[in-house]
Amino acid sequence: MSFFNIAWQWLISAHQWHGADGIPVRLGQHLVYTGIALGIAIVIALPAGLAMGHLRRGGFAVVTLANFGRALPTLGLLVLIFVLTAGSVASWLVPLTFLAIPPILVNTYEGVLGVDPELTDAARGMGMTGRQVLFKVEMPIAVPLILLGLRISAIQVVATATIAAYIGLGGLGRYIIDGLASDQYNEVAGGAAVIVLLALAVQGVFILLRWLIVPVGLRRQTQNS
Amino acid sequence: MSWAWANRDQIAHLLVSHLYLALVPVLFGIVVSIPVGIMCVRYRWTWPPILSLTSIFYALPSLALYLVLIDYTGLTDWTVIIPLTLFSLSVLIPSVVDGLRSVPQPVRQAATAMGFGSMRQTVRVELPLAIPIIIAGLRVATVSSISLVSVGQLIGIGGLGYFFTDGEQRDFPTEIYVALVLIVILAFIADGLLVLARRWLTPWERGRSARDRRRVFSAAFHGSRAEGSV
Repeated sequence: MSFFNIAWQWLISAHQWHGADGIPVRLGQHLVYTGIALGIAIVIALPAGLAMGHLRRGGFAVVTLANFGRALPTLGLLVLIFVLTAGSVASWLVPLTFLAIPPILVNTYEGVLGVDPELTDAARGMGMTGRQVLFKVEMPIAVPLILLGLRISAIQVVATATIAAYIGLGGLGRYIIDGLASDQYNEVAGGAAVIVLLALAVQGVFILLRWLIVPVGLRRQTQNS
Repeated sequence: MSWAWANRDQIAHLLVSHLYLALVPVLFGIVVSIPVGIMCVRYRWTWPPILSLTSIFYALPSLALYLVLIDYTGLTDWTVIIPLTLFSLSVLIPSVVDGLRSVPQPVRQAATAMGFGSMRQTVRVELPLAIPIIIAGLRVATVSSISLVSVGQLIGIGGLGYFFTDGEQRDFPTEIYVALVLIVILAFIADGLLVLARRWLTPWERGRSARDRRRVFSAAFHGSRAEGSV
């Protein structure tokens, strides 16, 4: 039997849809962990990125952080913090949040920095204050890149939350880790299928968001480029 | 440190396998993405579907793909190499396309005027000029690949990732530290080598101002800006 067959059989069996170990509960947990980590990362990275982009400072720090975030192996970070904190909430929240920050920070910074200086000069010439230039000109123009950063972060966190099942976190990763531990390939396959669907759904949500939030004029421009 | 010295043979062995698992996919990625990227630029209608495909590959968690493949390739290196290759492609194809498109129109016109045929123009003129952006994508792909290999340890094929699960089971942080630091160092060395390669391959960029390079620099952030268009 192929993977898809096994995964499908597992998915349609009624057993998976009820109880504390059912897909709805596990999916809910997964979304909560992802949401919390992403929320904290946004609160930290978005204002920082906007400010650094607006002031045109800190580019080197941003690149270094982005590179470092990419180079850091997620499993290693999870396991290390887990061992060091002896399994408290911090053991999954810190790594998940930490990994979510660089993409948001980098893309927000880049988005604001990339705004044509002629536009910001014109805005200043019209008498806008620095704050107004940032929120009325630079931020709206940076929206496509900010959304890209959020999307990369969200995808990253969904994937890492799965891996975090290894250190005992709930969520969809449980099917994979428990299934591997007990040699139940159908559970592993089903879990992997649900996670793939979730990742694609996240991607879809951001395409929708992009369509809803990005100003119409800007949308046409970025499509051409 | 004494632990690392005492286990140097095992560390060296896993280091080699880690590099193999991480770099083979990037190599496949670059070999495939250059012709595919050229195709996407020459036949514009092929670009939207391929871009959608790359953005799907990008979203798929590597762990899930490893598990899908177990059923087909068993517990072999391919189970890790194939998903990482798809990931590399999702970063590299948009970089190649971005790079080729970044070539200014006057340069193309000059090449045409000098009698370059369209294929020769792409290979001899546009591709070299695209190198900075392609290498920016290559840096993202390589660094990510080196760090992603360790996730494969959850199915038992993860190079230095072995020390993560082993360290967790034995509650022994030293071994986790050592592997973590080694992986980050490997990633930075690979990144540095690619920067050197770019300098060597694009001697004409050397005299240019920092502002000119910003375009390329920004591509280095997210592999490519085109990745965001779908």
